[in-house]
Amino acid sequence: MSSLVVAHLYPEHLNIYADRGNMMVLRDRCLRRGIGFELIPCGPGDGTPRADLYYLGGGQDRDQSLVAADLLRRAGELRAAADSGSLVLGVCGGYQMLGHRYLARDGREIPGVGLVDLETSAGESRMIGNISIRCELDGQELVVVGFENHAGRTQLGPGVQPLGRVLHGNGNNGRDGGEGVLAGGVIGTYIHGPLLPKNPALADWLIRRALAAREGEVELEPLDDGLAEQARRVALRLVES
Amino acid sequence: MKFTAKVAAARAVAGLSRVTRTGGGTTAPGKLLLSLDHDAIRRLAARLERGSVVISATNGKTTTAKMLAGLLEPELEICHNRSGANLTSGVATALLDSAGKSVGVFEVDEAALPSASAALDPAVLVLGNLFRDQLDRYGELEAIGAAWAELTGGLEASCTLVRNGDDPLLASLPSGAAGTVTFGIADSSAALAEMPHAADSKWCARCGHRLVYTAVFLGHLGGWECPACGNRRPALDVSAAAIEQEGLDACSFTLQTPLGERRVRLPVAGMYNVYNALAAAAAAHALGGVELDRIVTGLERFDPAFGRFERVSVGGEEALLLLVKNPAGANEVLRTLALDERPKRLLMALNDRTADGRDVSWIWDVDFELLAPAAVVTTGTRAAEMALRLAYAGVDDQRMIVQPDLEAALDRALADGDGPLYLLATYTAMLDLRGVLADRGIVRPYWEAE
Repeated sequence: MSSLVVAHLYPEHLNIYADRGNMMVLRDRCLRRGIGFELIPCGPGDGTPRADLYYLGGGQDRDQSLVAADLLRRAGELRAAADSGSLVLGVCGGYQMLGHRYLARDGREIPGVGLVDLETSAGESRMIGNISIRCELDGQELVVVGFENHAGRTQLGPGVQPLGRVLHGNGNNGRDGGEGVLAGGVIGTYIHGPLLPKNPALADWLIRRALAAREGEVELEPLDDGLAEQARRVALRLVES
Repeated sequence: MKFTAKVAAARAVAGLSRVTRTGGGTTAPGKLLLSLDHDAIRRLAARLERGSVVISATNGKTTTAKMLAGLLEPELEICHNRSGANLTSGVATALLDSAGKSVGVFEVDEAALPSASAALDPAVLVLGNLFRDQLDRYGELEAIGAAWAELTGGLEASCTLVRNGDDPLLASLPSGAAGTVTFGIADSSAALAEMPHAADSKWCARCGHRLVYTAVFLGHLGGWECPACGNRRPALDVSAAAIEQEGLDACSFTLQTPLGERRVRLPVAGMYNVYNALAAAAAAHALGGVELDRIVTGLERFDPAFGRFERVSVGGEEALLLLVKNPAGANEVLRTLALDERPKRLLMALNDRTADGRDVSWIWDVDFELLAPAAVVTTGTRAAEMALRLAYAGVDDQRMIVQPDLEAALDRALADGDGPLYLLATYTAMLDLRGVLADRGIVRPYWEAE
């Protein structure tokens, strides 16, 4: 039986936007299909486990600073994992940490793990509100909806693709219409809410992609997503209001 | 029949309903009494040597009255409709026990205020707030505002009008010959970032021009002025500064009064309770003879148990109103609920308005897994999202009903099965829910009724 192994990086530090909700969704969508699910919490000082998906959530500045150095230590392992087909998913602060650096308002520079060519600088105001984006993932078009709340303006390097185009909201920097990043196995986004409960298609895409390296093409049977669709419809309506 | 005989008859009804526990003990005796003598409230209230304090507001009447009673007692024997029965029948019922009491503390329903106030002839009239955040009540509230203006315009010099200056509608009311004590919040750091969604258009009560707010603390309460006619928030006699909220447990503020200022730690949370405390403190000051120390001590020993777990009787059934708005507080609530092992019915109202937090991510950090409800109705602006969260918490979706309409959801929750009903709601959903209950005349905390 196939099994999805998820390493949740710094769950005690980076959990500000209910990141555990994303774990619930991945677990549930695997188990309902008879796919095993293993969640490995990974804190500062712990070894980097082998996993199909590495998850990095968002935290308060203080907490992010606390784990930043530890994350840098893992840069090589995470790079190698992504190169061999594992996914690395960063949300909010975790997304910013995937890039080269974060430039704070006071001029401090917090180095990122540099898995993807992007950097973030703090803006004057926070970008807060409901957000929706349109993504094309392996030829499948889908709209991802959620909430964003970030002071950081993220700039992607030349040729680096965003995860999606902003339909409503601000996205990476409120200027270029991009939101998040999709670079090989590295995925970043400001969207939380959490990210996955109202975006089951995105959750399934992640599961398929994460399993593909070890299991090959996995057929995911459709699930009854009635409530998720209902919540999603409401969110899509609210994002327009 | 002599008046004493009428009172005796009403008291007999009160005794009977207590013995038989048939309910209605907080209103039926007064109803009977008023039917026997429509002047009964005036006659009984006249026995109170210090007179009466009458408190009305859309929200916070019960808490304010309870706070005021708490800081007047035990030095003063008070007559208080503490059951929350706040129509004239409830006031009349409470007055059946007025013999030997020195002061009355009566919360009165907004609509019943003009007639109740005329009968009680209060020494102090406290007007806390008039919320019009429910659009379906807008018309009604305009009517109430007009009725209140007629009432306050006719107040005599024997009365002191205590009003919330942060509420433009109340601050703009005439005060007749009465003296005024104005309370409000003097802490701009406590202001909301923006006006709550439901209170986005506020108009000058005098000239109709759109008001400008320098700070909004709650709903339409705040620092306001009219750029057209110069109507503005009056100077505050009693105010709260340097407000610090301590989660759901408590809040601290500097109470500023003509008697001096003191730091107060109020064992209930929320800006709402700061207003309630200010109203109670201002009322005590207006009544006179209550030292600042007593005011502070009384507020600090306010029993928080029911501020967060408010028991109401809905359609004859026990229900508990529980404000939930952040994971820490909500988890505490759920842990407490889990102590009740009976099959439970749950109404969970999730709104995502500004005062609730527009980001509803937090529900995924709440341990709804602790609950094993027999039936759930979710409601509010994010009703479906709430149901989705509960499904992940292991609640069978066959047992869940998604009804975004709060009133319909409440009816549905009442209709489904039995067992204790828990009404959990986010901030604005709770205001709405209380509004619904108030509309039906059933915001009646009954814990002290007997």
